[in-house]
Amino acid sequence: MAATVESRAVPGVEETILDRTTIVRHLRERFGTAIGPAQPTADGLPTVWVNADRICDVLGYLKHDVERPYKLLYDLTAIDERVRGHRNGQPPSNFTVVYHLLSFERNEDLRLKVALMDEYPSLPSATGVWPAANWYEREVWDMFGIRFEGHPNLRRILMPPTWKGHPLRKEHPARATEMEPFRLPDEKQDVEQDALLFRPEEWGMQRGTQDSDYIFLNLGPHHPGTHGLLRIILQLSGEKIVDSVPDIGYHHRGAEKMGERQSWHSYIPYTDRVDYLGGVMNNFPYVLAVERLAGIEVPERAKVIRIMLAELFRIASHLVWSGTFAQDIGAMSPIFYMFNDRERVFTIIEAVCGARMHPGWFRIGGVADDLPRGWDRLVREFIQYFPPRIADFEQAVIKNRIFIKRTQGIGTYTLAEAIDWGVTGPGLRACGFEWDFRKKRPYAGYDRFEFDIPTASNGDSYDRARVRMEEMRQSLRIVEQCLNNMPEGPYKSDHPLTTPPRKERTMHDIETLINHFLSVSWGPVIPPGEAFVGVEGTKGHNGYYLISDGGTMSYRTRIRTPSFPHLQMLPEICRGLRVSDLLAILGAMDYVLGDLDR
Amino acid sequence: MNVAGPSFAETFVGQLVIVTSILMLLLNLVPLLIWLERRLLALWQDRYGPNRVGPFGLLQPIADMIKIFMKEDWIPPFADKVVFVVAPVVVVFTGLMAFAVVPFTPGIVIANLNVGLLFFLAMSSMGVYSVALAGWASNNKYSLLGGLRASAQMLGYEVFMGLSLMGVVMLAGSFNLREIVEAQRGMWFCIPQFPGLIMFLIAGVAETHRVPFDLPEAESELVAGFHAEYSGMKFGMFFLGEYLGITLISAITVTLFFGGWLGPWLPPVVWFALKTGVFVCGFILLRAALPRMRYDQLIGFAWKTMLPLSLLNVLITGAVMLATK
Repeated sequence: MAATVESRAVPGVEETILDRTTIVRHLRERFGTAIGPAQPTADGLPTVWVNADRICDVLGYLKHDVERPYKLLYDLTAIDERVRGHRNGQPPSNFTVVYHLLSFERNEDLRLKVALMDEYPSLPSATGVWPAANWYEREVWDMFGIRFEGHPNLRRILMPPTWKGHPLRKEHPARATEMEPFRLPDEKQDVEQDALLFRPEEWGMQRGTQDSDYIFLNLGPHHPGTHGLLRIILQLSGEKIVDSVPDIGYHHRGAEKMGERQSWHSYIPYTDRVDYLGGVMNNFPYVLAVERLAGIEVPERAKVIRIMLAELFRIASHLVWSGTFAQDIGAMSPIFYMFNDRERVFTIIEAVCGARMHPGWFRIGGVADDLPRGWDRLVREFIQYFPPRIADFEQAVIKNRIFIKRTQGIGTYTLAEAIDWGVTGPGLRACGFEWDFRKKRPYAGYDRFEFDIPTASNGDSYDRARVRMEEMRQSLRIVEQCLNNMPEGPYKSDHPLTTPPRKERTMHDIETLINHFLSVSWGPVIPPGEAFVGVEGTKGHNGYYLISDGGTMSYRTRIRTPSFPHLQMLPEICRGLRVSDLLAILGAMDYVLGDLDR
Repeated sequence: MNVAGPSFAETFVGQLVIVTSILMLLLNLVPLLIWLERRLLALWQDRYGPNRVGPFGLLQPIADMIKIFMKEDWIPPFADKVVFVVAPVVVVFTGLMAFAVVPFTPGIVIANLNVGLLFFLAMSSMGVYSVALAGWASNNKYSLLGGLRASAQMLGYEVFMGLSLMGVVMLAGSFNLREIVEAQRGMWFCIPQFPGLIMFLIAGVAETHRVPFDLPEAESELVAGFHAEYSGMKFGMFFLGEYLGITLISAITVTLFFGGWLGPWLPPVVWFALKTGVFVCGFILLRAALPRMRYDQLIGFAWKTMLPLSLLNVLITGAVMLATK
């Protein structure tokens, strides 16, 4: 990865330093003029423009034929470029579709961009290359009005089917106050109600066979087993699942659109609510991405505080998962034990951050405040308290024979399928693939910690559970190392874009005072550029792709969440099983609705 | 039989007193059991449970009862009205009827039937009509699945429930529950009929739809299963039926395997109540401890494992009896 922030591409110059990046050169040799210029980005990810008509060939080549292929479609999104000021020699484009690919063998990412000129443009669908592209393309259609030719079922996914407009287009209002007052006359209500009806034919489903009808069971959006507003329509023959259609979007709050209206700083609390069980784990990729754009180096103490809190939240999130999973299987008690234990985690988090579930504690350039006095005692107590509790849980639930019978061999996917569908996190590791971004691409100081990557081999619900149990132990190991090696020093960077900036020197020189005043009143002005940073979140790989146009707000905030591709896979892995198994699969998947719908 | 003329318990008035008091006792026992279950579950789950209404929260069931009586008696417009109303009555009716043959003490039994055990089996089998009909009449897919599960579950469990008790009948030489208790003076049947006991308990838990066999209502899967559409007192009847069922299965277990009212020092009725209480707590402990089985696993378990085992038990019991004669 030769790209650096400094090497801004010059328009018209064919051979920039970026083009010498092997993969880009390789593509250019093979596809010739279909490959446009390479683009420098703040994150150093090889980024190259590709002509729309050849995109599927390029994607297919990268997935199948290239040496050490890019097996994972990591993300697929779009950018409305129409009002962007700083494009720095990028090809002209009204809408840009972005493909983010990941190669495990290279341990490298590749970003492909496709420039589209029309007002409502279209390009070929990548569903033939990656099945995971299905939902991503539906999302891009829903949000931007970009059509994908050849998509099997291009319909809205997050917005209601009756929605007018495409929210992430710049002309779409971002606030309800910019829209007409909401009214719901009877006719409109009828239309809305009608839109909620499930018509099997629209999904290529049959209503019945010659002899019998199928039951279409509407599971959700309000159902105790779906852990939130999620609707799954099941086509049942008796209790057997013939097919299923997940209907998502009930929890959509426009988190990405809000990113375009909030200052870089004031968006931090919104990230907390994406994976709402992960707390600061969501702040993590966001502030890392902003820091990458701004070129901020975070002091040591802040790094270790961040890692400690993130790992505590990983434990908290896995605890909720463990309790609710046991409840999905029908065990009543574990959820109460789990909430007691999580309360102990929250005691620490509350002492440090002041809030419990959504502390919004990370700041651009550090964390909000130093650790309070006595934090070490709390953490030490928890480190002693917790391991026996995990052992108890394993004894009571994981080793329970009924539990084993309910989860083993249920919701199995192979490693190849997992990668094809974009699975990351514990679900991927349960297939026997040792891939953890904390280890493989150590970010934010994880390289200095000792921990193992737990894996399992069968890729079923049971193995996913075992991996998560072990992950709690490993997280605890990291927390312990944080406790024993907490460095001294500032908890916030000296960088002028640190928000809120450090106050000490403001009363001594006018320059710092002005800087402080501007950063606090406007918020920081982040230099133009693009950066993606992902972290190993609680449920899988969670990343923020931020585009700055040199303003106080982000030009485009893309949140890549793990739950979205995970749930997309559901129909594949529950086919032929029973209703009870569906709940076991959902429970083991560990998705969160905020993470799914954003 | 009694040659000294009818005792008080056998007079009409005496019978009436016994029937009324047992009925009152059972109906009042249920709220107490609900309280007990909630307190015990709370104890095992590191939380408080109801502890605000009255001492130790003892009046909580009364508050709940007032609430449930005050609720609107609502029948969904899409339901099959007659069946919808009848269904919850059936479970309470059969539960109470089955108690008619339970000998609380040598003197206190409503109907000392010669086929008491068969009557119990018949009544508890009838209970499934309640669940199946409720599931059907609700006209709700979740309820239907619940009712479906209940019917299949009962088919599987009724068969070996009866068979698991045949060993006891063979040892006692009678279907009369009082005589079965008397036959245990030397040794409780839980020792020679240990496999039968285990099988009967498993069937009993399935019969009452308790964890791990609570498939017909399976909260996390079917929301509330067969009673998803029920509210108010009709829902209360299902609740009543469930706890009557627990008490019934516990009482029958005690009668058949643990010597009923037999025991030293204490009066018979106290022994009976104590033993029954232990099994009721056992039901609650199961709920705190176990996850739920899957529908097909449960049916497979009944037909493929328990049925052959119960037949084997009958066979071995017969063989041993023949050999030791």
